[in-house]
Amino acid sequence: MKRVYAKEEWCLGCHLCEYQCAFANSGLKNMVYALKGKKINPRIQVEGDNKISLAVQCRHCDEPLCVYGCISGALSKDENGTVVIDTEKCVGCFTCILSCPYGAIMPSDDHKAVQKCQLCLNNSVGEPACVKGCPNRALVYEEIPD
Amino acid sequence: MNYDYLIIGNSTAAVGCIEGIRAVDDQGSVCVVTDENYRVYGRPLISYILWGKTTEEKALEYRPADFYEKNNVELILGVKATKIDPKKKTVALSNGETIGYSRLLCATGSRPFVPPMGGLETVEKKFNFMTMDDAKALDEAVTEDSRVLIIGAGLIGLKCAEGISGKTRNIKVVDLADRILPSILDKKGSEIVQKYIEEQGVEFYLNNSAAKLENGKATLKNGEEIEFDVLVVAVGVRANTELVAEAGGEVNRGIVTDLRCETTLKDVYAAGDCAESYDITTDTSRVLALLPNAYKQGYAAGVNMAGGDKPYDDAMPMNAIGFFGLHVITAGSYDGEEVVSGEGNVYKKLVIKDNKLVGYIMIGDILRAGIYTRLIREQIPLDEVDYELMLSRPAEMIFPKAVRANDVGGAKL
Repeated sequence: MKRVYAKEEWCLGCHLCEYQCAFANSGLKNMVYALKGKKINPRIQVEGDNKISLAVQCRHCDEPLCVYGCISGALSKDENGTVVIDTEKCVGCFTCILSCPYGAIMPSDDHKAVQKCQLCLNNSVGEPACVKGCPNRALVYEEIPD
Repeated sequence: MNYDYLIIGNSTAAVGCIEGIRAVDDQGSVCVVTDENYRVYGRPLISYILWGKTTEEKALEYRPADFYEKNNVELILGVKATKIDPKKKTVALSNGETIGYSRLLCATGSRPFVPPMGGLETVEKKFNFMTMDDAKALDEAVTEDSRVLIIGAGLIGLKCAEGISGKTRNIKVVDLADRILPSILDKKGSEIVQKYIEEQGVEFYLNNSAAKLENGKATLKNGEEIEFDVLVVAVGVRANTELVAEAGGEVNRGIVTDLRCETTLKDVYAAGDCAESYDITTDTSRVLALLPNAYKQGYAAGVNMAGGDKPYDDAMPMNAIGFFGLHVITAGSYDGEEVVSGEGNVYKKLVIKDNKLVGYIMIGDILRAGIYTRLIREQIPLDEVDYELMLSRPAEMIFPKAVRANDVGGAKL
């Protein structure tokens, strides 16, 4: 499947991907309304410092420990292999936060459920906004054969 | 009737098994027998149903409505398996029928342990808290005026307290131990969580027990008396091992299984709360009655039953649990050198032994805990990671460049 890959040798540590992610998942059309004055809670997280940095988000694992451990069935793999979250079913027990080896699932703003990268396939962008908005092509969206 | 695969029990281990079988064999016939009258539901959701965070309907969507049909599984509800004959390879059922199998999974779960308590038989409204039916019965019995007495300050008792707290705030919890949640927390952790739960109005009577019960009143070991309307017994659970034991299979506290999840009886497998597994953090075989483990053990069993090869070799204790909004995540063993940090309701303890992270406790701030779980599960030597960063917070950056490139960069190790 196509996944987002992070190339740390190109990552500037600018955090724009985090803002693109927060905007894409805000449901709002205007970036200023979506982000200004708000503490963003993006599904992609830039780690590191000025020297080395990289962006981490859901790897859509072939053996998804988050899905295996989900107590409500809210997490599942769809037919394309994307790990998706049904926030209506999620009770916010955070077993997936315990399970995810990449730390790529986090509580939603209201802590009632969790959120995670769904490759923007569920929002109006339709393709990973972090990749589109990365100024140095440190994020790519591609299929790497096994 | 004969099936290629027969599964006794219909909870998470059974679902894992079905999905494991179907990953390898999309043809073989599968039958599930359960003494409950529900399609599969997320068992730990029962407290969330009472609390209003989900509904029975949603809990029954643990798997999609067409799950059994899509996986071509015959589901027999409301019938108990009563006897395994491992020579004839048959299972006798409470409805008088006998079913043959090629491979059998015993996923019979556990049942509440009810200690001898004088006068328990006089209590009218008494409940366990393990099943959907338990939750429904309790929900019906508890009103806003109810005084509820819970015996047991473990995971089940305290999730029950949270569950009914939307209806009544008159909840008292008694436990023999001198602190709450001793199975997953250290002393400091217990104190933090206890104080927080007390602030929600729940009262604890620790280092104590119900010496005598009569309908409406409990007399504790120390002489204190508690008046109550509803009693919940949540002292502990016992693995349902009898079917395998009576068939001649080896049983300790749980059903003994090998890394392929097979019992000592040929072609009989076991998974979930009824079975033991090998805990990599303590080097012992033990029952790890936790949902993620049940799924993984069931899945591995299913793959192996269908002729695949999948060892279940990374089991360990792991818990994510919240009480009234305070979240706790724990994993592994607490035997080792401790590194402790945090203040107020935030607490973190990392346990290190022989250059490895073997366990941790996180309370209040649980973000990215799974990275610590990975260190334990993959038994990664700590001199290969950024140790200081690892102590301060879980991050992908703790790993060396080659690992990071493999994890998120698309490179192969």
